[in-house]
Amino acid sequence: MGKIEWAMWANEQALASGLILLTGGIVGVAGQFRGWQFAAYAVAAGVFVCLLEYPRSKRSKGTSVERTGQYCFTVCVKSFGPLTRNYYVRAFLHAAICVPGGFMLATVLGCVCLGIASIIYFVAAIRGEHWEPILPRKESRMPVAESIKNPPQNPPPRPPAETRRKRVDDLEDAAYDNPISVTDN
Amino acid sequence: MGNWIINNGLTAFILVVWMGINIFLFVWFYLFYDLGPQFFYTRHLLGSALAWARAPAAVLNFNCLLILLPVCRNLLSLIRGSFVCCGRTMRKQLDNNLSFHKLVAYMIALMTAVHMIAHLLNVEWYNNSRQGVYDALSTALSNLEDAGNTTYLNPIRITNLDPQQIPTYFVFTTIAGLTGVIITLALILIITSSMEVIRRSYFEVFWYTHHLFIIFFAGLVFHGAGRIVRSQTTTDPPHNFTFCKDRIEDWGRIPQCPVPQFAGGFPQTWMWVIGPMVLYLCERLLRFIRYVQTVRYRRIVMRPSKVLELQLQKNGFKMEVGQYVFLNCPAISQLEWHPFTMTSAPEEDFFSVHIRSAGDWTDKLIDIMQKLPEGAQGPKMGVDGPFGTASEDVFDYEVAMLVGAGIGVTPFASILKSIWYKFKESNPKLRTRKIYFYWLCRETHAFEWFADLLQVLESEMEERGMGDFLTYKLYLTRWDQSMADHAKVHSDEDKDVVTGLRQKTYYGRPAWDKEFEQVRKENPTSVVGTFLCGPEALAEVLLKKCAKYSDVDPRKTKFYFNKENF
Repeated sequence: MGKIEWAMWANEQALASGLILLTGGIVGVAGQFRGWQFAAYAVAAGVFVCLLEYPRSKRSKGTSVERTGQYCFTVCVKSFGPLTRNYYVRAFLHAAICVPGGFMLATVLGCVCLGIASIIYFVAAIRGEHWEPILPRKESRMPVAESIKNPPQNPPPRPPAETRRKRVDDLEDAAYDNPISVTDN
Repeated sequence: MGNWIINNGLTAFILVVWMGINIFLFVWFYLFYDLGPQFFYTRHLLGSALAWARAPAAVLNFNCLLILLPVCRNLLSLIRGSFVCCGRTMRKQLDNNLSFHKLVAYMIALMTAVHMIAHLLNVEWYNNSRQGVYDALSTALSNLEDAGNTTYLNPIRITNLDPQQIPTYFVFTTIAGLTGVIITLALILIITSSMEVIRRSYFEVFWYTHHLFIIFFAGLVFHGAGRIVRSQTTTDPPHNFTFCKDRIEDWGRIPQCPVPQFAGGFPQTWMWVIGPMVLYLCERLLRFIRYVQTVRYRRIVMRPSKVLELQLQKNGFKMEVGQYVFLNCPAISQLEWHPFTMTSAPEEDFFSVHIRSAGDWTDKLIDIMQKLPEGAQGPKMGVDGPFGTASEDVFDYEVAMLVGAGIGVTPFASILKSIWYKFKESNPKLRTRKIYFYWLCRETHAFEWFADLLQVLESEMEERGMGDFLTYKLYLTRWDQSMADHAKVHSDEDKDVVTGLRQKTYYGRPAWDKEFEQVRKENPTSVVGTFLCGPEALAEVLLKKCAKYSDVDPRKTKFYFNKENF
């Protein structure tokens, strides 16, 4: 189990918890349950958690797979700097967010799931993992060499017509063999 | 279109049947609870949320039964063996077992969500009834309790707690509620750790967390033990609800309306899941027995590019071409089983695997083997299998075009060896007269052993004057200028500079039109079977070419495409 990045699993768990919190909250509000205020909170908290967890982090080893359309979210999350980069912060944040969900049945499951995600993030933080944005790689073009802009003005130097003449009698020693006979002009 | 029906028709049919059963169960049980007279009073308290909770429960029963079956790979192998008569398409379905497992899992997740939401509503409305918020009938029904000559309908009995906390208290103090929460939690953890990202990169997390299914099934079996879904029982004299529902004060006082009695339904989930649970237990037991059987090392060879070849022997082990085994090495990890395609032919008296360095487990294995003294036996190894479609159709075609891409070339080692053995023994099962083998890879690293195999086959065929039996072409799809220059400089030599084989290496991807043309020209009247082990994109290309170059005229060449998942 050496090379596991716990944050990857914590991220999946937290995203799922966000959705569950959201669903529980919607049911609580729509059904006008007792304590629907907690359900309304859960809707907001669920949306917040989903937005925070949607952009996947770049893996420290191996290829990272983005979620569809996560670039905008990556930029938003990245702008909070160390708050979102550090997993201790996330662990405590999720632990704090999940608590009000425990006061009403509809949101209890979301609360427990988010609590578990918080624990896994804590483990990830202890192991020194942190969140890295996945940004598109800039294609660096090789700078065009200067010499390309100045083509040569003169033809390459050739030996004088004398030596260029086809020496049919002495092909072995000829500098090269012309297919077309050369006349000196 | 015809091709789609042949290749996917049975799968589509099975899916339609499965979905049909799901829909039937849902609708049947929905109507049972929504229309059944014995639930009239229950429905008065709960409305249609009762039916909305019970219908997915039935679908869940069915799917929890199904989910254990596709992962009993030994059972599936047994079925496949006995289906030898019933056609390849049937056997092929058994290879989509994991896809089916995932599909059933999605259905379980969906139905769990519906079931849970409906029960949230149920609990809330039961609570409200108990608090006396609704009409007089609801209050009267909720007041009935399990005492003397009354039985309760509303499972929430408590009133002296903060009404907002009563639902949570109720859920955590009843069998149904507690087991429900626990198994839903287990299900969520199983699902999040089974996401593709986690599964592909951190298999151990996936595998160990998946064992929470034990808790899932244990909780599931006891989930209904509390019998809190209640229906009205027949009393003597009978209580006619249509007449009595408006005469609450008279219950027990007039002969037409005795106090209504209620009872919970007999828990049924165990009846659905006990069969598969027993089968799965047998499966794990069988895997354990196989694991304990002795496996002897016949040869251990380190091949170039960190490829380890293991030749093993096990009593009673019988394989077919293109199958795979699972290997377990307790010295490395007690619980990990890894699949490897076998590279030996069934005609040999041993089975071999070629293991490439591709992660923790394989690296450690290669390390252990390298440190072994000459001729010593390797570490204890457990072998489970063989599994997988037997690709025996290869032998049925007069002319075979075999295309192996990258790691997909491995099963062809088994196939080519087997074809050669069958040819030497003049095995009547072998109808193949000519093989065209196309090997596509980015680089030949880690496949030098395969090049060696081709060399050996090449020289044996030359000896018998059968140089034409096998035509193979190697395509290096990733090349750079230095490789091309190197090849140009040595282009006059007899053997290929990269592989040492007589046939030259090509650079880039094959021009399939040219290849199919050539095959058609050289075999104007044959039936050609095309076999691919490689990426989906290539499968689509080959399928199109097979269709394009097949002649309607039955006397001329016909191409049949087979994509095997080896």
